[in-house]
Amino acid sequence: MKIDKNTTIKIAKLSRLKLDNKEIDELSIELSTILDWVEQLNEVDTNNIEPLSNVSSAELPLRKDLEESQNNSENVLSNAPEKLENYFVVPKVVE
Amino acid sequence: MEISSIHNSIDLIKEKKISILELNQYFISKIKKNKNLNAFIHFDEENIYQQIKSLENSKTNNRLYGMPIAIKDLFCTRNMPTTAGSKILSKFNPPYESFVTNQLINQGSILIGKTNLDEFAMGSSTTTSFFGNTINPKSNNISLVPGGSSGGSAAAVSANLCLGATGTDTGGSIRQPASFCGVIGIKPTYGLCSRWGIIAFASSLDQAGIFANNVKDTAILIKEIAGYDKNDSTSVNIKIPDYYKNLNKDLNGKTIGIPIEYKIPGISDEINNMWEKAIKVFEKGGAKIKEISLPHTKYALPVYYIIAPAEASSNLARYDGVRYGFRSKNDSSLDEMYELTRSEGFGKEVKRRILIGTYVLSAGYYEAYYIKAQKVRNLISKDFKNAFEQCDFIVTPSTPSSAFPIGEKEDDPISMYINDIFTVPASLAGIPGISIPFGKTKDNLPLGLQILSNHFTEQTILDAAYYLESIHE
Repeated sequence: MKIDKNTTIKIAKLSRLKLDNKEIDELSIELSTILDWVEQLNEVDTNNIEPLSNVSSAELPLRKDLEESQNNSENVLSNAPEKLENYFVVPKVVE
Repeated sequence: MEISSIHNSIDLIKEKKISILELNQYFISKIKKNKNLNAFIHFDEENIYQQIKSLENSKTNNRLYGMPIAIKDLFCTRNMPTTAGSKILSKFNPPYESFVTNQLINQGSILIGKTNLDEFAMGSSTTTSFFGNTINPKSNNISLVPGGSSGGSAAAVSANLCLGATGTDTGGSIRQPASFCGVIGIKPTYGLCSRWGIIAFASSLDQAGIFANNVKDTAILIKEIAGYDKNDSTSVNIKIPDYYKNLNKDLNGKTIGIPIEYKIPGISDEINNMWEKAIKVFEKGGAKIKEISLPHTKYALPVYYIIAPAEASSNLARYDGVRYGFRSKNDSSLDEMYELTRSEGFGKEVKRRILIGTYVLSAGYYEAYYIKAQKVRNLISKDFKNAFEQCDFIVTPSTPSSAFPIGEKEDDPISMYINDIFTVPASLAGIPGISIPFGKTKDNLPLGLQILSNHFTEQTILDAAYYLESIHE
């Protein structure tokens, strides 16, 4: 199996996802199956082929790098689960 | 009187045969009668009446004046909540309007509600939504999926709950549900419509598009949502033609490519017969038929299921419970708050894709998976480039099957992924595609034909669909 339980736990940690034991078992199997399936790409010869990251055939325009002043703090904070004055509030980090 | 088209409704309003209030009341009452379909996540009558009032006061007379359009709940809307079908955004009220919905509002549309979708647009059945599944209006005895991820929009147009709807398509999320629900769905060229304000899934693939009941309406709507936007660096600055005025069903001199690799073993006879019949219909219209080869077709799905989750894992990192959306109540530290918020806020398929994406981008695997997939993506894109030197457009089935029952394929991710086998290659190449209803199964379920053409030649596929529609009527 490509992805063992420890690998699943490691990538879950990297993804900031908390998984219970049942989920770890299930996902280890599912992720291994998916990775086995995508590995058929190894059949394809990609020597001298560039990776494609932008499919656009048109020239993408560049905007002028100009400063723009906006006062959006009220909008930016409008959806905060918890806020105090002009700040987002999170659990205490420093004791 | 049945009202089901934009181009007719525009005339009815101009000739004062119906008011925009009456037009919208017609659809409001239909939405209320069809609540069981669960096509909408957000529907607020008061809000609609306010939009009508301010439109009546504005004295504008723009092209979509008073037209009720449903919006996939992936587009940020200032006056309606936006959830992406996820618990993690269940309390999100965007402080800004997406480019596409802003265009529709400027043209006078009424945004009639926000439609259901697979969570973060990840799915082919609209069953992964936090707000329950949508039912395909074309279901017979058993409830069928509407397809996905834009299943709510496809169902809303199919049940005539609005005159058109927006969708987004990352690997088939417009064309596949259009096919399942018996409506038209178009995904334009990557870059034609701005992604500004569309909740990001896989940024190199995501593209906005349209569902409608007929080709004329599709052509009208797609023009209005297209256009350059400085807020999206991949938005392309080209002149958008008036697709509707230019519609032309003459196929003489056109060559149609039939890709041999799309003849896949295990696809039902009903699908293959529909495809063959469509080819004959095109031939009758004067088009030349040519077999073409897209040799890397079979690698499109594996490429997609590396690139899309990789980009998703990066895009979805922003949901941390700090700035917007849901936050877990059970935290004791900052790290735990992140982990619990994301674990409680995301559904199973989204978690699966975040994990796959994180794995293929992680140190030691990046080259082997992500870069490899991007290289094969280049080969797939080159296949289409070569093909369009030999033909004007390509015709294939939209989906490998008709709509399936709700609950099927849930436990097997790969069998669900295979729904997108005919739509994903075009997404990877960034080319435009349309699905148009053509034929039925023996159980009277709709089937869809997919038409693909080269970058920024939306007119070509709209013309071909227009011809097909005229024959069908």
